[in-house]
Amino acid sequence: MTETAEKIELSSNAREVIDQWIVKYPKEQKRSAVLAALREVQHENQGYLTVPLMDAVADYLDLPKIAVYEVVSFYSMLETKPCGRHSISVCTNISCMLRGADEIVEHIENKLGIKTGESTSDGRYYLKCEEECLAACCHAPMMMVDHVYYENLTPESVDEILDKLD
Amino acid sequence: MNEEIVTIQVDGRPLQARKGQMLIEVTDKNKIYIPRFCYHQKLSIAANCRMCLVDVEKAPKPLPACATPVMDGMQVATRSKRALDAQKAVMEFLLINHPLDCPICDQGGECELQDLAMGYGRDISRYHEKKRVVKDKNIGPLVQTDMTRCIHCTRCVRFGEEIAGLKELGATGRGEHMEIGTYIEKSMISEMSGNVIDLCPVGALTSKPFRYSARTWEMQQIPGIAPHDSVGSNIHFHIKGNRVKRVVPAENDSINEVWLSDRDRFSYEGLYHPDRLTAPMIKKSGYWQEVDWETALSFVRDGLKHVMHHHSSDQLGALASASATVEELFLMQRLLRSLGTANIDHRVRQSDFTDQDKAPLFPWLGMPIAELEKQDAVLLVGSHVRKEQPIINHRLRKATMHGCQVLVINSLNYDLNFNVATRIITSPTTIPETLAGVVKALAGSGKISPDPDLKTAISTATVSDNQHLMAETLLNAGKGVILLGNQAMAHPQYGALCSLATALAKATGCHIGFLSDAANVSGAWIAGATPHRGPGGKAADKKGLNAATMLENELKAYVLLGLEPELDCLDGHQAMQALQAAEFVVNLTAYSSESIKAYADVLLPIAQFAETSGTYINNEGIWQSFNGVVPPPGEARPAWKVLRVMGNLFELEGFDFDTSLEIKEELKNQIGLKSVSNMINWSVPHLRAASSGIERITEVPMNSIDPLTRHAAALQKTTDVADGKLHIHPQLASAKGLDEGQIARVEQDEQVVELPVTLDERVPKNGVLIQAGHPDVASLGPWHGQIKLGKA
Repeated sequence: MTETAEKIELSSNAREVIDQWIVKYPKEQKRSAVLAALREVQHENQGYLTVPLMDAVADYLDLPKIAVYEVVSFYSMLETKPCGRHSISVCTNISCMLRGADEIVEHIENKLGIKTGESTSDGRYYLKCEEECLAACCHAPMMMVDHVYYENLTPESVDEILDKLD
Repeated sequence: MNEEIVTIQVDGRPLQARKGQMLIEVTDKNKIYIPRFCYHQKLSIAANCRMCLVDVEKAPKPLPACATPVMDGMQVATRSKRALDAQKAVMEFLLINHPLDCPICDQGGECELQDLAMGYGRDISRYHEKKRVVKDKNIGPLVQTDMTRCIHCTRCVRFGEEIAGLKELGATGRGEHMEIGTYIEKSMISEMSGNVIDLCPVGALTSKPFRYSARTWEMQQIPGIAPHDSVGSNIHFHIKGNRVKRVVPAENDSINEVWLSDRDRFSYEGLYHPDRLTAPMIKKSGYWQEVDWETALSFVRDGLKHVMHHHSSDQLGALASASATVEELFLMQRLLRSLGTANIDHRVRQSDFTDQDKAPLFPWLGMPIAELEKQDAVLLVGSHVRKEQPIINHRLRKATMHGCQVLVINSLNYDLNFNVATRIITSPTTIPETLAGVVKALAGSGKISPDPDLKTAISTATVSDNQHLMAETLLNAGKGVILLGNQAMAHPQYGALCSLATALAKATGCHIGFLSDAANVSGAWIAGATPHRGPGGKAADKKGLNAATMLENELKAYVLLGLEPELDCLDGHQAMQALQAAEFVVNLTAYSSESIKAYADVLLPIAQFAETSGTYINNEGIWQSFNGVVPPPGEARPAWKVLRVMGNLFELEGFDFDTSLEIKEELKNQIGLKSVSNMINWSVPHLRAASSGIERITEVPMNSIDPLTRHAAALQKTTDVADGKLHIHPQLASAKGLDEGQIARVEQDEQVVELPVTLDERVPKNGVLIQAGHPDVASLGPWHGQIKLGKA
């Protein structure tokens, strides 16, 4: 990626949402709204952020551009390249791993024909690289699909959940 | 600040410290060494490298000395087993991912990681897994990256945020994937970016021009003085085999602290440009030929004598660069005055000389440089201080962080890297009136009663809210200063600006200061390189012509010192005409070029900074002498020696010097102790009416300022060089039917050039910016005037 002269404006809806977040923080700490802003802008852009979009957020919140890049590259829920409609995150942290998470991941990879971090070519599924615990250890193994938790997974239940998605 | 003093014990030694001070500051002050990577005295505390862990009594685990405030009775052990174990463990982790490429690393030999690995590292690594590799980034022509070597101390990131005021580098990714970089491919544009090279404790950020050209232990370090802005930053040359390999800052807390601007750091490359002149040359029957010094200097003597004999000595004029040393300028003026003329000047970028007899001894800053950061209010007039005097800018930035209100009256809306309280952007001819409005605002509020003449002069000025605000801010400031910048000093109504600024300063109790554009402007004034004053500012018995008039009058002979007039003079076109029309032109120059050869009759190769001994006087008035550290190329000689021999050849008195030190001593003896004051009773200004058409605005980009920087390869690849473009506000452009990238026809005083258009919102809507120091615009004429625009 190189520096781009392309400049884009945030949508009026995004600006409205960000404004609602800005007022929740002290006036001189507009930057606190950066996560909420990025989440909204990502949502509007089919689930991923581009450099011009990040620059627009930086300008809107009076932040250096690199400060926004730092945030985006830090958080795993912010994406920087196009990805499938449905985001699948399988927890592979210790509790889930002990309860067979690795088999679940392998099953999904075989079923969809992709590796973690990839999307299916029809744009339907995106299998995320999930690094950390999603705090549902008591019903491990688990996964999160489009912000919804599914627990006590088996290959069969995974098939059922994924097949139902459009 | 809490001034309570506490006593702590470090390694059994009782130490006094301010309560709340960080432990590492106290140990540093007392010469107790604690290893560190991320801590730096001038940066905020990050405490992320953990190398400075020490053993503090009653603490359950080792604490980082950089982030542990001292408390009364604290017992600290820096070398106990617990401390050393912790430090060694940290070192082991740091080395896990660090490559073993010290033999090919430029940092090798001056690497903090290498040094500490000697003291705290294990002999053999216990880590057998894969090391991470990070792709190098291209961050511009000055700084080389080798990011696999990075240990994530974040000094460079904090430098950008806190010192450069421009966050360009950041830490992206997290955990093992964290990388320092710009994320997108982007050149660093900070004028201070080179400082990250010094800050980087490892070889991740090194100097690109210096890359792979020497090992640190092969070089000799010799002190010197930076040759560009009027700050006089202290530097160290690193020399190998009679060649300057690089320049780094030398610490001087009262001038440049630990920093150096990129221009001062990388301009040494200009010493090794292929255009360096290495032998004297004379033009005989239209052909240039290399000759020995004796022939060349006799040729000079005969040529000048011929002109003086057939015309008069007043047909001889000398223009000298204010980057020349005090000694060179002193001898130059002595040579001219001994030959019977006072036509000597260094002010090649000045257009208004009206009040020169009243001017202070030299364009003084009005206070010590360090004092600038203690100001409560600063009014900048006609100054792009950030690029023109980066170190001064850094002091002002520090002041703003303590609440200083900066006010700006400029012709371009510069991106300054600090908060500006009030800003007026207006075309050049309206600047005096704008300043008059601020004076009028004060008079109107009854805070001052200006004398009747001044009152009449400012009566036509209009007063806006911003001018009221400026007047108010200056009046309420405990400490304030009005600074006249490079563009103010080149302004056609410079005298009026001085007069108004001084009236304002007197009324508000503020100081007034000048930010001059070259290393030795102060020295040039003091050495007497001015037509109206001799050494020490003594009014000359015989007054000569100033730089502009010398060129306007088309004299018969010129002597030039260290100048490329078409690029350095305020009116390059006029300069070239005058020089071409002259019968005899001698150029003491470090470079030869086709344009110099077109007008000159003799080229005398001279040494530049680093190659000659001498003295610069900075804008604070500090005399800083230095030695030549490398020999000049070929037959080139220090200009003071050339001028001395010229004096001898003319059989003049007062040229028998063996060293530059003797010249300095003579000057010092001549002038004695002189005090300087900027509170001058200037003449009452007559404000000229503002121009109605499209005005030309001119600036010299920082890396196009003098011959040395214009020949420095890496600096010429930065964005701070003259671009030869027509900068125009989008609105004016569309009114004229011009668009980005199109070629515009630009006419000034019947001179026409064609320049590519670039849209620039910093430019006022009734002006266009044309940067000086670019060959394509040199034929256009002076820096100020009316411009006619059209499509090419």
